[in-house]
Amino acid sequence: MTTLMEEMNQRALDLGVPLSVHLDVTYRCNERCVHCYLEHDDRGEMTTAEICGLLDQLAEAGVFFLTFSGGEVLMRMDFFEILEHARARLFSVKIKTNAFMIREKQADRMRDLGVDSVQVSIYSHRAEVHDAITKLPGSLKRSLAGIRSLRERGLKVIIANVLMRQNVGDYAGVQALARELGVKFTMDPTVTPKMDGDRSLLELGIGGDDLRSVFRNPDLVGNVEEFCAPPPAATGEILDEVPCSAGHSACYISPYGDVYPCVQFPLPSGNVRRQKFLEIWRHSSQLNEVRSIRLHDLPVCSTCAHVGSCTRCPGLAYMQGNMRGPSSQDCEKSFARTGIPSANMLAQKSSAVTSRLVQIAGLARLPAPSAQRAESAR
Amino acid sequence: MSPLYIARSSKIAARNLGGEMVIMSARDSTLFNLNDVGTAIWEAADGQSSLEEIVERKVCAEFDVQAAEALRDAESFVRELAGHGILLVSDTPVDRKE
Repeated sequence: MTTLMEEMNQRALDLGVPLSVHLDVTYRCNERCVHCYLEHDDRGEMTTAEICGLLDQLAEAGVFFLTFSGGEVLMRMDFFEILEHARARLFSVKIKTNAFMIREKQADRMRDLGVDSVQVSIYSHRAEVHDAITKLPGSLKRSLAGIRSLRERGLKVIIANVLMRQNVGDYAGVQALARELGVKFTMDPTVTPKMDGDRSLLELGIGGDDLRSVFRNPDLVGNVEEFCAPPPAATGEILDEVPCSAGHSACYISPYGDVYPCVQFPLPSGNVRRQKFLEIWRHSSQLNEVRSIRLHDLPVCSTCAHVGSCTRCPGLAYMQGNMRGPSSQDCEKSFARTGIPSANMLAQKSSAVTSRLVQIAGLARLPAPSAQRAESAR
Repeated sequence: MSPLYIARSSKIAARNLGGEMVIMSARDSTLFNLNDVGTAIWEAADGQSSLEEIVERKVCAEFDVQAAEALRDAESFVRELAGHGILLVSDTPVDRKE
């Protein structure tokens, strides 16, 4: 049965309406998380007036779901002014925060302004682990106090637990903490490269054995048999689908006004300081290129057994070098779930074997450079 | 029957998507999709006009429907939305949105 939300998404796609926008109001942050993909210096954030003007444009464009994130949103002294403006424009507002600075006053305002939900990053139930990741002493204690303030006022809170090597053993503890606090829990085993393309952060991500273990935990994935089932056969209908909502019914806007298809897809597509949002949304060549791609256009992924069930992120693929290429992190996830290697993994394996063979053949035909040097010396 | 006055709550999210109003209740995140008649009533819910006036002005004048039947349906509709905190219903004009 199609849900009302699915109908709404489909109608937005048909009408070309940006149903969801993720707006980072600042990259400044009071925490320095080891896995953060952002630079925290302020390079000239949009002013209050610029953001409020942008919100008016987003409302006019039909945006319904608006996520305020950062950085830490409460680093902006004008955050509640921005939030008030957004709620007056009747967006459904979700706030992503570390909750460190949420006290009674802030929680009161979020409740009074009718915020839909607040997502808080919690890395561990143990302060020594959480605080080592945020590099801010006392952060777990303060973040939990913030969550309690929000809950006491009836606000919906979601704990987001990013899994890394540092905290992979703690998700059950965080989940228990979420239950105790009466809040939702989501887990994400994806560490993303930095916005500038630096991929060194990926070393923090959890490996195959840990992923397999996470994906076989019914407390995290529900029905394990269903979650880890072999992928369904790809049909023509599946191959005609769009890879994800990025650029189709959703986009991301940075604190500097840059528009991208998604927060994880740093393809510069325009800037709201130079152009109207709708002009960028409708006419940006970058967004239109993203929109033109269907699964059958992906040279490797369209041949993959996982094409119908993969979580392939086009943004991660873009950061890997090709928005039509595979996202290796998602290949690893598909493999960890099902035990079936992706087409990309098989191609890489085959290419590794081929390059070794070529090397051996070359050595057999050519004299070794060191031997040549030794002969010349004699 | 005493007149009913209806006002849009401010504790909702709403957007007109291709001519139909999509509304989400902040109380329970329930999503509603109003058809064109529902949208017409919603948009006229200013707290000052009675439901009867709204039905006469926005529904009977623009849609092919009998006044008594339209008012009955409209009342049931606004009470359902009021149950989700989306509309405020009162037997006196509503000055302030909540």
